[in-house]
Amino acid sequence: MDIRVQKDAFGIGAETDTFAARNKTSGAICTFIGQMRDFRGADKQTGEAIATMELDAYPGMADKQLLDLATEAKSRWPLDDIAIIHRYGPLKPAEAIVFVATASAHRGDAFAACEFLMDWLKTKAPFWKKETGPSGSSWVAALESDDDRAKRWEKT
Amino acid sequence: MALNILYFAWVREKIGRGDETVTPPATVETVAQLIDWLAGQSPKHSEAFKNRAQIRVAVDQTHSAHAAKIAGAKEVAFFPPVTGG
Repeated sequence: MDIRVQKDAFGIGAETDTFAARNKTSGAICTFIGQMRDFRGADKQTGEAIATMELDAYPGMADKQLLDLATEAKSRWPLDDIAIIHRYGPLKPAEAIVFVATASAHRGDAFAACEFLMDWLKTKAPFWKKETGPSGSSWVAALESDDDRAKRWEKT
Repeated sequence: MALNILYFAWVREKIGRGDETVTPPATVETVAQLIDWLAGQSPKHSEAFKNRAQIRVAVDQTHSAHAAKIAGAKEVAFFPPVTGG
């Protein structure tokens, strides 16, 4: 498993290649990339970036929580490997925020585990987005729909 | 017992600091009681903890309910619902 909480930008192509290369015996690899939306089109006159994002994180807990999520996924599906990379600090438009990869013998388990990881990450991993636009900065509000998606995976 | 308190996102901005070490009285046994006690420490604390339903808690880096006991805890963090990913 490869769990990373990092300030530096990462390349989604390079990370996918690395993950695939170290899981040559897996028949299925599923990746998810969450990226900062590019809002720059809103100010076409100046062409300046009118939206930036800052990701606040709880450093010790973030690593621990992502590792716990990966461990839970491994207990639910027959996975060969998991990678989770999550950024913190300042982000530029169109940069990747999160990268999740799962490797399994067949696609069903890889797809399901990848979706599970993202749904739980969205409601459990201690990160907070702050967006800055022309009218100032504001903390992004949590969505009820994210809670609903996470609840689907609760064991009854 | 000295307790390390951490604040994140708008909770940190409202309180004006990211961490502090506090020594609550022995009568403070749960997270909810700790919130009540912290809210009484300054107008900024009071404002940050005004809407309790928006406050999430981690005791020693594990998500916890407001009803959770804090006996033996070293670190308690307060923050809004998470919005990563």
